[in-house]
Amino acid sequence: MAQLLSPLPGTFYRKPAPDKPSYKNDGDKVAKGDVIGLIEVMKSFTEVRADAAGKIKFLVDNEEPVMAGQALAEIG
Amino acid sequence: MAIAKLLIANRGEIAVRIIRAARELGIRTVQVHSAADAEMLAVKMADEAANIGPPHAAKSYLNIENILKAARDTGADAVHPGYGFLAENAGFADAVEAAGLVFVGPRGDSIRVMGDKVAARVAAEAAGVPVVPGSDGRVDDPEQAKHIAMAIGFPIMIKAAAGGGGRGIRIAHDMTEFETLMPQASAEAKAAFGDGGLYIEKVIERARHIEVQILGDGTRAIHCFERECSLQRRRQKVWEEAPSAVLPQSIREKLCASAVALAEAVNYRGAGTLEYLYDDVTHHFYFIEMNTRIQVEHPVTEMITGIDLVREMIRIAGGAPLSIRQEDVKMHGHAIEVRINAEDPAKNFQPAPGTVTALRVPGGPGTRFDTMLYQGYQVPPFYDSLLGKLIVWDETREGAIARMRRALDELEVEGLSTTKPLHQLLARDASVAKADFHTRWLEPWLEANAHRLNS
Repeated sequence: MAQLLSPLPGTFYRKPAPDKPSYKNDGDKVAKGDVIGLIEVMKSFTEVRADAAGKIKFLVDNEEPVMAGQALAEIG
Repeated sequence: MAIAKLLIANRGEIAVRIIRAARELGIRTVQVHSAADAEMLAVKMADEAANIGPPHAAKSYLNIENILKAARDTGADAVHPGYGFLAENAGFADAVEAAGLVFVGPRGDSIRVMGDKVAARVAAEAAGVPVVPGSDGRVDDPEQAKHIAMAIGFPIMIKAAAGGGGRGIRIAHDMTEFETLMPQASAEAKAAFGDGGLYIEKVIERARHIEVQILGDGTRAIHCFERECSLQRRRQKVWEEAPSAVLPQSIREKLCASAVALAEAVNYRGAGTLEYLYDDVTHHFYFIEMNTRIQVEHPVTEMITGIDLVREMIRIAGGAPLSIRQEDVKMHGHAIEVRINAEDPAKNFQPAPGTVTALRVPGGPGTRFDTMLYQGYQVPPFYDSLLGKLIVWDETREGAIARMRRALDELEVEGLSTTKPLHQLLARDASVAKADFHTRWLEPWLEANAHRLNS
Protein backbone atom coordinates (compact mmCIF):
# COMPACT_ATOMS: atom_id res chain seq x y z
CA MET A 1 0.00 0.00 0.00
CA ALA A 2 1.56 3.30 -1.08
CA GLN A 3 0.18 6.63 0.05
CA LEU A 4 -0.40 9.35 -2.53
CA LEU A 5 0.50 12.69 -0.92
CA SER A 6 -0.90 16.08 -1.81
CA PRO A 7 1.76 18.17 -3.58
CA LEU A 8 0.13 21.46 -2.47
CA PRO A 9 -2.10 22.94 0.23
CA GLY A 10 -5.62 23.77 -0.95
CA THR A 11 -8.99 22.24 -1.75
CA PHE A 12 -9.12 18.68 -3.09
CA TYR A 13 -11.60 17.81 -5.83
CA ARG A 14 -12.36 14.29 -6.97
CA LYS A 15 -14.27 15.49 -10.06
CA PRO A 16 -13.16 17.59 -13.05
CA ALA A 17 -16.33 19.74 -12.62
CA PRO A 18 -19.25 19.76 -10.17
CA ASP A 19 -21.61 18.15 -12.71
CA LYS A 20 -19.12 15.48 -13.85
CA PRO A 21 -18.52 12.01 -12.36
CA SER A 22 -15.49 11.39 -10.12
CA TYR A 23 -12.17 10.69 -11.84
CA LYS A 24 -11.89 7.45 -9.85
CA ASN A 25 -13.96 5.60 -7.28
CA ASP A 26 -12.79 3.54 -4.31
CA GLY A 27 -11.66 0.13 -5.55
CA ASP A 28 -10.94 1.30 -9.12
CA LYS A 29 -7.70 0.10 -10.71
CA VAL A 30 -5.41 2.98 -11.57
CA ALA A 31 -2.26 3.13 -13.66
CA LYS A 32 0.75 5.26 -12.81
CA GLY A 33 0.10 8.73 -14.24
CA ASP A 34 -3.72 8.55 -14.15
CA VAL A 35 -5.40 11.75 -12.99
CA ILE A 36 -7.19 11.03 -9.72
CA GLY A 37 -8.18 14.54 -8.63
CA LEU A 38 -7.48 18.25 -8.63
CA ILE A 39 -6.00 20.60 -6.03
CA GLU A 40 -7.22 24.19 -6.08
CA VAL A 41 -4.81 26.73 -4.65
CA MET A 42 -6.09 30.32 -4.79
CA LYS A 43 -8.35 29.64 -7.77
CA SER A 44 -5.58 27.89 -9.71
CA PHE A 45 -6.06 24.17 -10.43
CA THR A 46 -3.38 21.45 -10.52
CA GLU A 47 -4.00 17.83 -11.54
CA VAL A 48 -3.03 15.09 -9.09
CA ARG A 49 -1.72 11.91 -10.75
CA ALA A 50 -1.27 8.43 -9.37
CA ASP A 51 2.41 7.74 -8.60
CA ALA A 52 1.89 3.95 -8.53
CA ALA A 53 -0.40 1.34 -10.10
CA GLY A 54 -3.02 -0.66 -8.23
CA LYS A 55 -6.38 -0.36 -6.52
CA ILE A 56 -7.18 3.08 -5.13
CA LYS A 57 -8.83 3.96 -1.83
CA PHE A 58 -9.47 7.66 -1.11
CA LEU A 59 -8.66 9.14 2.29
CA VAL A 60 -10.06 12.63 1.55
CA ASP A 61 -13.56 13.55 0.32
CA ASN A 62 -14.48 15.85 -2.55
CA GLU A 63 -14.10 19.59 -1.74
CA GLU A 64 -12.17 18.93 1.48
CA PRO A 65 -9.27 21.17 2.57
CA VAL A 66 -5.86 19.48 2.46
CA MET A 67 -2.34 20.34 3.61
CA ALA A 68 0.78 19.85 1.50
CA GLY A 69 2.09 16.36 2.22
CA GLN A 70 -1.26 15.07 3.49
CA ALA A 71 -2.23 11.59 2.26
CA LEU A 72 -5.00 11.83 -0.34
CA ALA A 73 -5.36 8.13 -1.18
CA GLU A 74 -3.81 4.71 -0.81
CA ILE A 75 -2.83 2.77 -3.92
CA GLY A 76 -1.88 -0.88 -3.80
CA MET B 1 -33.69 53.02 8.90
CA ALA B 2 -30.24 53.92 10.12
CA ILE B 3 -28.03 50.86 10.43
CA ALA B 4 -26.88 49.94 13.98
CA LYS B 5 -25.06 46.64 13.41
CA LEU B 6 -23.53 45.59 10.10
CA LEU B 7 -22.63 42.03 9.16
CA ILE B 8 -19.77 41.74 6.67
CA ALA B 9 -20.39 38.78 4.33
CA ASN B 10 -16.87 38.73 2.91
CA ARG B 11 -13.24 38.32 3.93
CA GLY B 12 -9.74 39.66 3.30
CA GLU B 13 -8.86 43.27 2.68
CA ILE B 14 -12.37 44.41 1.68
CA ALA B 15 -13.78 43.19 5.01
CA VAL B 16 -11.17 45.34 6.77
CA ARG B 17 -12.11 48.30 4.56
CA ILE B 18 -15.83 47.92 5.37
CA ILE B 19 -15.19 47.62 9.13
CA ARG B 20 -13.21 50.88 9.00
CA ALA B 21 -16.07 52.71 7.28
CA ALA B 22 -18.68 51.25 9.67
CA ARG B 23 -16.66 52.18 12.75
CA GLU B 24 -16.31 55.78 11.59
CA LEU B 25 -20.10 55.89 11.22
CA GLY B 26 -20.60 54.54 14.76
CA ILE B 27 -21.96 51.22 13.46
CA ARG B 28 -21.13 47.97 15.25
CA THR B 29 -19.71 45.16 13.10
CA VAL B 30 -20.12 41.39 12.84
CA GLN B 31 -17.46 39.60 10.79
CA VAL B 32 -18.40 36.18 9.42
CA HIS B 33 -15.61 33.74 8.65
CA SER B 34 -14.96 30.20 7.50
CA ALA B 35 -13.18 27.68 9.73
CA ALA B 36 -9.94 28.54 7.88
CA ASP B 37 -10.28 32.29 8.53
CA ALA B 38 -10.69 32.50 12.32
CA GLU B 39 -7.36 34.37 12.57
CA MET B 40 -7.94 36.87 9.77
CA LEU B 41 -7.47 40.58 10.43
CA ALA B 42 -11.14 41.51 9.94
CA VAL B 43 -12.16 39.01 12.65
CA LYS B 44 -9.69 40.62 15.05
CA MET B 45 -10.96 44.11 14.20
CA ALA B 46 -14.73 43.51 14.25
CA ASP B 47 -16.88 43.86 17.37
CA GLU B 48 -18.15 40.28 16.94
CA ALA B 49 -17.36 37.27 14.76
CA ALA B 50 -19.38 34.27 13.58
CA ASN B 51 -18.16 31.00 12.06
CA ILE B 52 -20.28 30.22 8.98
CA GLY B 53 -18.81 26.90 7.88
CA PRO B 54 -15.92 24.88 6.43
CA PRO B 55 -13.06 26.39 4.38
CA HIS B 56 -14.59 25.61 0.97
CA ALA B 57 -16.32 28.86 -0.04
CA ALA B 58 -19.44 27.08 -1.31
CA LYS B 59 -20.01 25.89 2.25
CA SER B 60 -19.26 29.20 4.01
CA TYR B 61 -18.94 32.53 2.16
CA LEU B 62 -21.47 31.37 -0.47
CA ASN B 63 -23.80 29.72 2.04
CA ILE B 64 -26.78 32.11 2.21
CA GLU B 65 -28.57 30.15 4.93
CA ASN B 66 -25.56 30.19 7.28
CA ILE B 67 -24.92 33.89 6.68
CA LEU B 68 -28.55 34.81 7.45
CA LYS B 69 -28.45 32.63 10.55
CA ALA B 70 -25.32 34.48 11.73
CA ALA B 71 -27.15 37.78 11.18
CA ARG B 72 -30.13 36.58 13.24
CA ASP B 73 -27.94 35.15 16.01
CA THR B 74 -25.93 38.36 16.39
CA GLY B 75 -28.80 40.80 15.91
CA ALA B 76 -27.27 42.46 12.86
CA ASP B 77 -29.69 44.69 10.94
CA ALA B 78 -27.71 45.02 7.69
CA VAL B 79 -25.41 42.97 5.44
CA HIS B 80 -22.52 44.27 3.33
CA PRO B 81 -21.53 41.77 0.61
CA GLY B 82 -18.18 43.35 -0.38
CA TYR B 83 -17.03 42.18 -3.84
CA GLY B 84 -16.95 38.65 -5.27
CA PHE B 85 -18.73 35.81 -3.39
CA LEU B 86 -22.44 36.82 -3.11
CA ALA B 87 -22.03 40.50 -3.99
CA GLU B 88 -23.76 40.18 -7.36
CA ASN B 89 -26.17 37.40 -6.47
CA ALA B 90 -29.69 38.81 -6.86
CA GLY B 91 -31.14 35.92 -4.87
CA PHE B 92 -28.91 36.83 -1.92
CA ALA B 93 -30.00 40.50 -2.03
CA ASP B 94 -33.63 39.34 -2.08
CA ALA B 95 -33.07 36.85 0.76
CA VAL B 96 -31.41 39.51 2.94
CA GLU B 97 -34.35 41.89 2.43
CA ALA B 98 -36.90 39.08 2.91
CA ALA B 99 -35.23 38.39 6.28
CA GLY B 100 -36.02 41.99 7.25
CA LEU B 101 -32.40 43.15 6.91
CA VAL B 102 -30.84 45.95 4.89
CA PHE B 103 -28.73 44.87 1.90
CA VAL B 104 -25.87 47.33 1.36
CA GLY B 105 -26.17 47.43 -2.40
CA PRO B 106 -28.77 47.67 -5.12
CA ARG B 107 -32.15 45.94 -5.13
CA GLY B 108 -32.13 42.33 -6.32
CA ASP B 109 -33.98 43.36 -9.48
CA SER B 110 -31.27 45.88 -10.42
CA ILE B 111 -28.62 43.17 -10.00
CA ARG B 112 -30.73 40.86 -12.16
CA VAL B 113 -31.09 43.35 -15.03
CA MET B 114 -27.54 44.71 -15.02
CA GLY B 115 -25.99 41.28 -14.39
CA ASP B 116 -27.55 39.85 -17.57
CA LYS B 117 -25.41 40.90 -20.53
CA VAL B 118 -28.27 41.08 -23.02
CA ALA B 119 -30.66 42.87 -20.61
CA ALA B 120 -27.90 45.32 -19.61
CA ARG B 121 -27.16 46.03 -23.27
CA VAL B 122 -30.85 46.70 -23.94
CA ALA B 123 -31.06 49.01 -20.90
CA ALA B 124 -27.91 50.83 -22.03
CA GLU B 125 -29.19 51.38 -25.55
CA ALA B 126 -32.54 52.60 -24.19
CA ALA B 127 -30.65 55.16 -22.06
CA GLY B 128 -28.70 56.32 -25.13
CA VAL B 129 -25.40 54.74 -24.02
CA PRO B 130 -23.23 53.43 -26.89
CA VAL B 131 -22.65 49.65 -26.88
CA VAL B 132 -20.26 47.49 -28.93
CA PRO B 133 -21.85 47.29 -32.41
CA GLY B 134 -23.34 43.86 -33.04
CA SER B 135 -26.50 41.84 -33.43
CA ASP B 136 -29.04 42.82 -30.79
CA GLY B 137 -29.67 39.27 -29.69
CA ARG B 138 -29.23 36.06 -31.61
CA VAL B 139 -29.03 35.67 -35.39
CA ASP B 140 -30.19 32.42 -36.92
CA ASP B 141 -30.53 33.46 -40.56
CA PRO B 142 -27.17 33.46 -42.46
CA GLU B 143 -28.32 36.19 -44.89
CA GLN B 144 -29.32 38.45 -42.02
CA ALA B 145 -25.97 37.75 -40.33
CA LYS B 146 -24.11 38.86 -43.48
CA HIS B 147 -26.09 42.10 -43.57
CA ILE B 148 -25.27 42.86 -39.94
CA ALA B 149 -21.59 41.98 -40.52
CA MET B 150 -21.41 44.39 -43.44
CA ALA B 151 -23.00 47.15 -41.37
CA ILE B 152 -20.70 46.82 -38.32
CA GLY B 153 -17.41 46.13 -40.13
CA PHE B 154 -14.60 43.59 -39.54
CA PRO B 155 -13.05 42.03 -37.52
CA ILE B 156 -16.12 40.38 -36.05
CA MET B 157 -16.48 38.03 -33.09
CA ILE B 158 -18.91 35.11 -33.47
CA LYS B 159 -20.20 33.79 -30.14
CA ALA B 160 -22.54 30.94 -29.24
CA ALA B 161 -25.77 32.33 -27.76
CA ALA B 162 -25.88 29.44 -25.29
CA GLY B 163 -22.14 29.53 -24.57
CA GLY B 164 -20.09 31.16 -21.87
CA GLY B 165 -16.60 31.48 -20.52
CA GLY B 166 -15.10 32.12 -23.93
CA ARG B 167 -16.22 28.77 -25.38
CA GLY B 168 -17.19 28.71 -29.04
CA ILE B 169 -15.79 32.16 -29.86
CA ARG B 170 -14.40 32.72 -33.38
CA ILE B 171 -13.01 35.83 -35.02
CA ALA B 172 -13.59 36.62 -38.71
CA HIS B 173 -11.40 39.23 -40.40
CA ASP B 174 -13.33 39.48 -43.68
CA MET B 175 -16.52 38.31 -45.36
CA THR B 176 -14.96 35.14 -46.86
CA GLU B 177 -13.77 34.04 -43.44
CA PHE B 178 -17.11 35.05 -41.94
CA GLU B 179 -19.03 32.86 -44.42
CA THR B 180 -16.80 29.89 -43.57
CA LEU B 181 -16.86 30.36 -39.80
CA MET B 182 -20.57 31.05 -39.27
CA PRO B 183 -21.79 27.51 -40.17
CA GLN B 184 -18.86 25.94 -38.27
CA ALA B 185 -19.63 27.98 -35.18
CA SER B 186 -23.31 27.15 -35.41
CA ALA B 187 -22.66 23.40 -35.79
CA GLU B 188 -20.21 23.45 -32.89
CA ALA B 189 -22.62 25.40 -30.68
CA LYS B 190 -25.38 22.91 -31.55
CA ALA B 191 -23.12 19.99 -30.63
CA ALA B 192 -21.80 21.57 -27.44
CA PHE B 193 -24.90 23.32 -26.09
CA GLY B 194 -27.81 21.82 -28.09
CA ASP B 195 -28.48 25.29 -29.48
CA GLY B 196 -26.89 26.56 -32.69
CA GLY B 197 -27.90 30.20 -32.06
CA LEU B 198 -25.12 32.78 -32.51
CA TYR B 199 -24.39 36.41 -31.63
CA ILE B 200 -22.06 38.60 -33.60
CA GLU B 201 -20.14 41.59 -32.27
CA LYS B 202 -17.48 43.94 -33.57
CA VAL B 203 -13.97 43.32 -32.20
CA ILE B 204 -12.48 46.48 -30.73
CA GLU B 205 -8.84 45.64 -31.39
CA ARG B 206 -6.85 48.20 -29.47
CA ALA B 207 -9.18 48.95 -26.61
CA ARG B 208 -8.48 50.52 -23.28
CA HIS B 209 -10.53 49.52 -20.26
CA ILE B 210 -12.13 52.61 -18.77
CA GLU B 211 -14.86 52.49 -16.12
CA VAL B 212 -17.03 55.10 -14.44
CA GLN B 213 -17.78 55.07 -10.72
CA ILE B 214 -21.33 56.02 -9.88
CA LEU B 215 -23.34 56.47 -6.68
CA GLY B 216 -27.12 56.40 -6.68
CA ASP B 217 -29.82 56.68 -4.02
CA GLY B 218 -32.60 55.07 -6.08
CA THR B 219 -33.73 58.38 -7.54
CA ARG B 220 -30.70 60.47 -8.30
CA ALA B 221 -27.24 59.34 -9.43
CA ILE B 222 -23.86 61.04 -9.67
CA HIS B 223 -20.55 59.98 -11.17
CA CYS B 224 -17.16 60.20 -9.47
CA PHE B 225 -15.20 60.26 -12.74
CA GLU B 226 -13.40 57.37 -14.37
CA ARG B 227 -10.69 54.81 -13.66
CA GLU B 228 -8.47 53.19 -16.24
CA CYS B 229 -7.62 49.51 -15.76
CA SER B 230 -6.01 48.55 -19.07
CA LEU B 231 -3.10 46.65 -17.53
CA GLN B 232 -4.55 43.17 -17.22
CA ARG B 233 -3.28 39.60 -17.09
CA ARG B 234 -5.77 36.86 -17.96
CA ARG B 235 -8.55 39.46 -17.73
CA GLN B 236 -7.53 40.26 -14.15
CA LYS B 237 -6.69 43.88 -13.43
CA VAL B 238 -3.14 44.39 -12.23
CA TRP B 239 -2.60 48.19 -12.11
CA GLU B 240 -5.38 50.80 -11.96
CA GLU B 241 -5.42 54.57 -12.22
CA ALA B 242 -7.69 57.54 -11.82
CA PRO B 243 -8.19 59.54 -13.91
CA SER B 244 -7.36 57.96 -17.28
CA ALA B 245 -4.25 59.67 -18.65
CA VAL B 246 -5.56 59.70 -22.22
CA LEU B 247 -9.20 60.77 -22.05
CA PRO B 248 -9.85 64.25 -23.53
CA GLN B 249 -12.05 66.39 -21.25
CA SER B 250 -14.90 66.57 -23.78
CA ILE B 251 -15.00 62.76 -24.04
CA ARG B 252 -14.75 62.41 -20.25
CA GLU B 253 -17.86 64.57 -19.86
CA LYS B 254 -19.82 62.48 -22.39
CA LEU B 255 -18.64 59.19 -20.92
CA CYS B 256 -19.50 60.13 -17.33
CA ALA B 257 -22.86 61.64 -18.37
CA SER B 258 -23.74 58.37 -20.14
CA ALA B 259 -23.02 56.41 -16.96
CA VAL B 260 -25.25 58.70 -14.90
CA ALA B 261 -28.03 58.42 -17.51
CA LEU B 262 -27.94 54.63 -17.35
CA ALA B 263 -27.77 54.53 -13.54
CA GLU B 264 -30.76 56.86 -13.26
CA ALA B 265 -32.68 54.96 -15.93
CA VAL B 266 -32.55 51.83 -13.78
CA ASN B 267 -33.11 53.78 -10.50
CA TYR B 268 -29.79 52.48 -9.25
CA ARG B 269 -29.13 52.46 -5.50
CA GLY B 270 -25.64 52.23 -3.98
CA ALA B 271 -22.16 52.21 -5.48
CA GLY B 272 -21.72 50.79 -8.97
CA THR B 273 -19.31 50.79 -11.87
CA LEU B 274 -20.03 50.93 -15.58
CA GLU B 275 -17.28 49.36 -17.65
CA TYR B 276 -16.46 50.57 -21.13
CA LEU B 277 -14.03 49.81 -23.91
CA TYR B 278 -12.38 52.96 -25.21
CA ASP B 279 -10.68 53.30 -28.60
CA ASP B 280 -8.04 56.03 -28.17
CA VAL B 281 -7.70 56.49 -31.95
CA THR B 282 -11.35 57.15 -32.78
CA HIS B 283 -12.27 58.38 -29.25
CA HIS B 284 -15.31 56.10 -29.30
CA PHE B 285 -16.43 54.40 -26.11
CA TYR B 286 -18.68 51.35 -25.79
CA PHE B 287 -20.51 50.16 -22.67
CA ILE B 288 -19.74 46.50 -21.92
CA GLU B 289 -21.13 45.74 -18.47
CA MET B 290 -22.04 47.05 -15.06
CA ASN B 291 -20.67 45.84 -11.73
CA THR B 292 -23.36 46.31 -9.11
CA ARG B 293 -21.03 46.46 -6.09
CA ILE B 294 -17.98 48.18 -4.64
CA GLN B 295 -14.89 47.33 -6.69
CA VAL B 296 -11.38 46.30 -5.69
CA GLU B 297 -9.94 49.45 -7.28
CA HIS B 298 -12.34 51.93 -5.62
CA PRO B 299 -9.54 53.62 -3.60
CA VAL B 300 -8.07 55.43 -6.63
CA THR B 301 -11.41 57.22 -7.03
CA GLU B 302 -11.45 58.05 -3.32
CA MET B 303 -7.95 59.50 -3.59
CA ILE B 304 -8.77 61.91 -6.45
CA THR B 305 -12.26 62.96 -5.26
CA GLY B 306 -11.95 62.80 -1.47
CA ILE B 307 -15.23 60.84 -1.35
CA ASP B 308 -15.40 57.81 0.97
CA LEU B 309 -17.31 55.45 -1.34
CA VAL B 310 -17.81 52.68 1.22
CA ARG B 311 -19.13 55.12 3.82
CA GLU B 312 -21.45 56.64 1.24
CA MET B 313 -22.88 53.26 0.19
CA ILE B 314 -23.58 52.35 3.83
CA ARG B 315 -25.30 55.71 4.42
CA ILE B 316 -27.47 55.25 1.31
CA ALA B 317 -28.39 51.71 2.38
CA GLY B 318 -29.45 53.17 5.74
CA GLY B 319 -32.01 55.28 3.88
CA ALA B 320 -30.14 58.57 3.51
CA PRO B 321 -30.33 60.40 0.17
CA LEU B 322 -27.08 61.12 -1.68
CA SER B 323 -25.13 63.63 0.39
CA ILE B 324 -23.12 64.90 -2.57
CA ARG B 325 -24.21 66.99 -5.52
CA GLN B 326 -22.63 66.39 -8.91
CA GLU B 327 -21.17 69.89 -9.04
CA ASP B 328 -19.37 69.22 -5.75
CA VAL B 329 -17.50 66.18 -7.12
CA LYS B 330 -14.11 67.54 -8.09
CA MET B 331 -11.13 65.61 -9.36
CA HIS B 332 -7.73 66.55 -8.01
CA GLY B 333 -4.36 65.01 -8.86
CA HIS B 334 -3.66 61.44 -9.97
CA ALA B 335 -3.90 58.11 -8.13
CA ILE B 336 -2.51 54.65 -8.94
CA GLU B 337 -3.26 51.30 -7.31
CA VAL B 338 -1.32 48.07 -7.71
CA ARG B 339 -2.52 44.69 -6.56
CA ILE B 340 -0.16 42.87 -4.24
CA ASN B 341 -1.05 39.20 -4.78
CA ALA B 342 0.38 36.05 -3.21
CA GLU B 343 1.77 34.90 -6.56
CA ASP B 344 5.30 34.32 -7.79
CA PRO B 345 5.98 36.38 -10.95
CA ALA B 346 9.17 34.36 -11.50
CA LYS B 347 7.13 31.13 -11.72
CA ASN B 348 4.39 32.18 -14.09
CA PHE B 349 2.38 33.72 -11.23
CA GLN B 350 2.01 30.44 -9.39
CA PRO B 351 -0.05 30.95 -6.21
CA ALA B 352 2.07 31.32 -3.10
CA PRO B 353 0.14 30.90 0.16
CA GLY B 354 2.22 30.84 3.34
CA THR B 355 3.01 32.60 6.60
CA VAL B 356 4.01 36.27 6.78
CA THR B 357 7.20 36.14 8.84
CA ALA B 358 7.92 39.87 8.63
CA LEU B 359 6.02 42.86 7.26
CA ARG B 360 7.05 46.44 6.56
CA VAL B 361 4.22 48.68 5.36
CA PRO B 362 4.90 51.75 3.20
CA GLY B 363 3.78 55.14 4.53
CA GLY B 364 4.45 58.82 4.09
CA PRO B 365 2.72 61.43 1.93
CA GLY B 366 0.01 60.28 -0.50
CA THR B 367 0.46 56.60 0.34
CA ARG B 368 -2.23 54.13 1.39
CA PHE B 369 -1.97 50.37 1.87
CA ASP B 370 -5.30 48.50 2.17
CA THR B 371 -4.38 45.02 3.32
CA MET B 372 -5.38 41.94 5.27
CA LEU B 373 -1.79 41.19 6.31
CA TYR B 374 -0.14 41.27 9.71
CA GLN B 375 3.06 39.68 10.94
CA GLY B 376 2.49 36.00 11.71
CA TYR B 377 -0.65 35.75 9.54
CA GLN B 378 -1.01 32.48 7.66
CA VAL B 379 -2.41 33.22 4.19
CA PRO B 380 -4.81 30.32 3.54
CA PRO B 381 -4.72 28.54 0.15
CA PHE B 382 -8.51 28.40 -0.27
CA TYR B 383 -9.35 31.86 -1.57
CA ASP B 384 -8.29 34.65 -3.87
CA SER B 385 -4.58 35.60 -3.92
CA LEU B 386 -5.14 39.32 -3.23
CA LEU B 387 -3.17 40.32 -0.12
CA GLY B 388 -3.49 44.05 -0.36
CA LYS B 389 -3.55 47.11 -2.56
CA LEU B 390 -0.89 49.76 -2.58
CA ILE B 391 -2.39 53.10 -3.56
CA VAL B 392 -0.53 56.36 -4.12
CA TRP B 393 -1.65 59.88 -4.94
CA ASP B 394 0.20 62.93 -6.19
CA GLU B 395 -0.56 66.16 -8.04
CA THR B 396 0.62 64.68 -11.34
CA ARG B 397 0.76 61.21 -12.90
CA GLU B 398 4.53 61.45 -13.16
CA GLY B 399 4.71 62.28 -9.45
CA ALA B 400 2.37 59.40 -8.62
CA ILE B 401 4.56 56.92 -10.52
CA ALA B 402 7.67 58.17 -8.68
CA ARG B 403 5.78 57.82 -5.41
CA MET B 404 4.69 54.29 -6.38
CA ARG B 405 8.33 53.32 -7.02
CA ARG B 406 9.30 54.71 -3.62
CA ALA B 407 6.38 53.03 -1.80
CA LEU B 408 7.03 49.65 -3.49
CA ASP B 409 10.67 49.82 -2.42
CA GLU B 410 9.50 50.34 1.18
CA LEU B 411 7.07 47.38 1.13
CA GLU B 412 8.51 44.16 2.53
CA VAL B 413 6.42 41.00 2.84
CA GLU B 414 8.62 38.16 4.02
CA GLY B 415 7.67 34.49 4.07
CA LEU B 416 5.85 34.35 0.75
CA SER B 417 6.23 35.50 -2.86
CA THR B 418 4.24 38.50 -4.04
CA THR B 419 3.68 40.46 -7.23
CA LYS B 420 5.76 43.38 -5.91
CA PRO B 421 8.66 42.73 -8.39
CA LEU B 422 6.23 42.98 -11.33
CA HIS B 423 5.00 46.38 -10.16
CA GLN B 424 8.55 47.59 -9.56
CA LEU B 425 9.31 46.88 -13.22
CA LEU B 426 6.05 48.41 -14.48
CA ALA B 427 6.68 51.57 -12.45
CA ARG B 428 10.01 51.94 -14.31
CA ASP B 429 8.66 51.09 -17.78
CA ALA B 430 8.77 53.72 -20.53
CA SER B 431 5.41 52.72 -22.07
CA VAL B 432 3.71 52.80 -18.68
CA ALA B 433 5.24 56.25 -18.07
CA LYS B 434 3.64 57.44 -21.34
CA ALA B 435 0.35 55.60 -20.60
CA ASP B 436 0.93 53.94 -23.97
CA PHE B 437 -0.95 50.68 -23.35
CA HIS B 438 -4.21 48.83 -23.97
CA THR B 439 -5.91 45.72 -22.59
CA ARG B 440 -3.68 43.33 -24.56
CA TRP B 441 -0.44 45.14 -23.81
CA LEU B 442 0.62 43.47 -20.57
CA GLU B 443 0.63 39.78 -21.60
CA PRO B 444 3.17 40.13 -24.45
CA TRP B 445 5.16 42.48 -22.18
CA LEU B 446 5.29 39.72 -19.55
CA GLU B 447 6.63 37.27 -22.13
CA ALA B 448 9.24 39.75 -23.34
CA ASN B 449 10.29 40.60 -19.77
CA ALA B 450 10.16 37.10 -18.28
CA HIS B 451 13.94 37.04 -17.83
CA ARG B 452 13.79 40.22 -15.71
CA LEU B 453 11.03 38.75 -13.50
CA ASN B 454 13.05 35.58 -13.04
CA SER B 455 16.10 37.29 -11.64
